[in-house]
Amino acid sequence: MSSLLTSEFLAALLSGAVIAGAPLLFAALGETVSEQGGVLNIGLEGMMLFGAYGGFVVAHWTGSSWIGFLAAIVAGLLVALLMVVFCVRMGRDQIVVGIAILLAVEGLTSLLHAAQFGTSYPRLGAVPTVRVPWLADVPVVGPSLFGQPAIVYIGIALVVVVWWVLSRTNPGLHLRAAGWKPAALDNAGVDVLRVRTVAVLVTGALAGLGGGYMAIVVAGVFVPFMTGGMGFIAIVIAMLGRGRPLWVAVGAFLFGIALSSATSLQLAGVNVPTDVVQMLPFVTVILALIIFARQSYLPSALATPYVRGRR
Amino acid sequence: MGEAPAAVELRGISKSFPGVLANDEVSLVVRRGEVHCLLGENGAGKSTLMNVLAGVHRPDEGEIRVAGRRVTIGCPRDAIDLGIGMVHQHSSLIAVFTVLENLLLGRGEGLRLKTGEALAALEEFSALLGVAVDPWVQVGRLSLGEQQQLEIIRALWRGSRVLILDEPTSMLTPKGVEDLQRVLAQLTRQGLAVIFITHKLREAFDIGDRVSVLRRGRLAGTIDEATMRGGTFAELKQMVVELMFPGEAARLARVAEIRGFEGPARRSRRPAAGPPLLELSDVLIPGARGEVGIDEPLSLAVHAGEVVGVAGVDGNGQRPLAEGIAGQRRAAAGDIRLAGTTVRALSIGARQRLGLRYVTDDRLGEGVAPPLSVALNLVSKRIGAPPFWVHGRTKKAAIERHARALVEEYDIMTPTLDTPAGSLSGGTLQKIVVARELSFSPKVVVFNKPTHGLDVKTTAMVRDRIGRLVEGGEAGALVISTDLEELLELCDRVAVLSRGRLMGVVENVPGAEQEIGALMIGGGDE
Ligand SMILES: Nc1ncnc2c1ncn2[C@@H]1O[C@H](COP(=O)(O)OP(=O)(O)OP(=O)(O)O)[C@@H](O)[C@H]1O
Ligand SMILES: [Mg+2]
Repeated sequence: MSSLLTSEFLAALLSGAVIAGAPLLFAALGETVSEQGGVLNIGLEGMMLFGAYGGFVVAHWTGSSWIGFLAAIVAGLLVALLMVVFCVRMGRDQIVVGIAILLAVEGLTSLLHAAQFGTSYPRLGAVPTVRVPWLADVPVVGPSLFGQPAIVYIGIALVVVVWWVLSRTNPGLHLRAAGWKPAALDNAGVDVLRVRTVAVLVTGALAGLGGGYMAIVVAGVFVPFMTGGMGFIAIVIAMLGRGRPLWVAVGAFLFGIALSSATSLQLAGVNVPTDVVQMLPFVTVILALIIFARQSYLPSALATPYVRGRR
Repeated sequence: MGEAPAAVELRGISKSFPGVLANDEVSLVVRRGEVHCLLGENGAGKSTLMNVLAGVHRPDEGEIRVAGRRVTIGCPRDAIDLGIGMVHQHSSLIAVFTVLENLLLGRGEGLRLKTGEALAALEEFSALLGVAVDPWVQVGRLSLGEQQQLEIIRALWRGSRVLILDEPTSMLTPKGVEDLQRVLAQLTRQGLAVIFITHKLREAFDIGDRVSVLRRGRLAGTIDEATMRGGTFAELKQMVVELMFPGEAARLARVAEIRGFEGPARRSRRPAAGPPLLELSDVLIPGARGEVGIDEPLSLAVHAGEVVGVAGVDGNGQRPLAEGIAGQRRAAAGDIRLAGTTVRALSIGARQRLGLRYVTDDRLGEGVAPPLSVALNLVSKRIGAPPFWVHGRTKKAAIERHARALVEEYDIMTPTLDTPAGSLSGGTLQKIVVARELSFSPKVVVFNKPTHGLDVKTTAMVRDRIGRLVEGGEAGALVISTDLEELLELCDRVAVLSRGRLMGVVENVPGAEQEIGALMIGGGDE
């Protein structure tokens, strides 16, 4: 066991946790926004997957990871638009539409990918990392945490931005009201459907970015179904975070550790079957749900379409 | 003095819902500087009419004029922009938000929250209304009365030119009503027009300059200022009751609300009550976070053939007490016995099967299942039991037969038995809850604010039911109410609750009011 505590292991674990946790962070922050606004985005995984595909293809064409990220955001927005039309505007069942979106995106991206690349999987170059001065020089923790691609720092900044918007601004207040009691918001003269529309679009953008990150930074390649349940883990993180971005960040990091432990354990020379290691994140989800879910209270109007004057 | 110009004019407003014509060509003028009271039985269409004005519902027909100009009100924002503010019948506050956040909702463009302005407004209007609330506390922790006052403050802060108050006083203390009346008088002098919906006739005559009555969706009539100023209470009430329930005035003469200033009719004491049916001994029932619970050992008994009242200002432990008895919360200590059997550890259902019933004060939240039909809601406490369910199969005919009988008996205003309960008017929901809880020979019924929001006729009916329930000496009732007159009319004994403590139990004999009042105050000064 002593080999687990070596600095190589720790460094690998931490940097792996950040790399693997970042897409969860983007997606879970996004899910937090729409859940606070009363929309349960079961299709989050679909938004991520489309973001991964769009981001990869554009990054591949242009050779620029930044344009790839932008494309990922646009791809996520496009999927979110479906959610807006069917769930927010037409008031259809959010769970059914969410599942439909996921299935449709899975099929569509596989099809497009096969049509474009056949059975070859072209790779992207590595994304350059940015060292944070001073902090990156701290032994062990420094290089692993503060030598990340720039987009990771944007993710961390977003935690603060989302926290600030939710707790300190009018749009944040409106968003939470749309999730807790949309009729009260409506009676106060704010358009509930508009608030929810913006919320779902923000979710789409962030989830798309998370997916794009997976393809461009983590994998460097697009593989059909590559999000592999990350969207659902992000939903769990958002629910456990109860609308508090800082907790969402902590959750994403912890799940990142679970995800990255696979490679780190191998690095440390511990021989655990890969199947067991790959189960870790999901075991973590189950454990987290058992331990914390009782305390997770969700907005009371979550997953309920709003229709003015209906009672 | 000429007539003040119209602030709002409704012309031929019609609005229908599936199966109901809620408003039928209603025309109404509300002038600047007046308090215009709107009366009418439950389901008459008062809230619907006001919701049309506030932009919640779009009228099917008719036109609206504001300050003489024809307008279209398509959404609540339009109404707000026209200077129309409304305090809705069912709370528009968000319980998990702080007082401040609730005030700020919809108040700002851009990013910045107008915290400073909200605090100033809260201070100003709190002083006017005699409220003291902490701006940083969650609204869910305030008493229902304070919540109602907060909603009024929010509407006043908007600086509306027309203020609609839909049953704003149902949870207020007499003092709170007085303060509100004073503020309204002050604001109307500055030209504000107020539409005031209430079921309390005396309040309408005290506060209103004019009174209009709706009946089955139509305007039944308006009593003008001259009559209001010249008429005695008895004459006015005669007129209103005749408008509200034509031809039934004589039958309704007994209702306390209608009897008015003659003082409450005291229930004649029955000879020594029977054996104790509900016994609380030294129970402690903790409150939820921030809520006053039953924090000192409380002992109280309800005997067969007896109505025991619980008086006190709302938020002094009433809800924990009621829910503790019903089984919705566990008592932390002490014993609760039902006809001799200890029920403290029993579930809600088990207590129910032993004959305990609870009429909640949260009719929309827990009294009914809003999306389910009226018929199902009337039997919802007997799911799985014959004759409505046999071997796991639903007997629709039996349910409908039972429901139809109750709908008739209690005069429940519903278009069909299949109508979702959530679409009914507030008072109608209350009738459903009462009807359901009083069927199948209960032993002890706990009523929490049994008549709040009910029209005079239904109030009379419910009170009559409570009396009849215990008449045979088979059952007992515990009536928790903030309305002292109601308790004096109904009860044999009245217990006084203050800050989660039982201050004493008073026999309902002449002079009981003073004693109860003294006990209530006694609890307030520590
Ligand atoms: N959103 C709705 N959907 C369907 N029916 C409705 C709706 N709102 C009101 N109704 C129906 O319209 C009628 C009038 O209801 P309304 O709430 O206006 O009565 P009210 O006069 O305010 O009664 P109360 O004194 O009980 O509050 C009722 O029969 C009610 O069932
Ligand atoms: Mg009403």
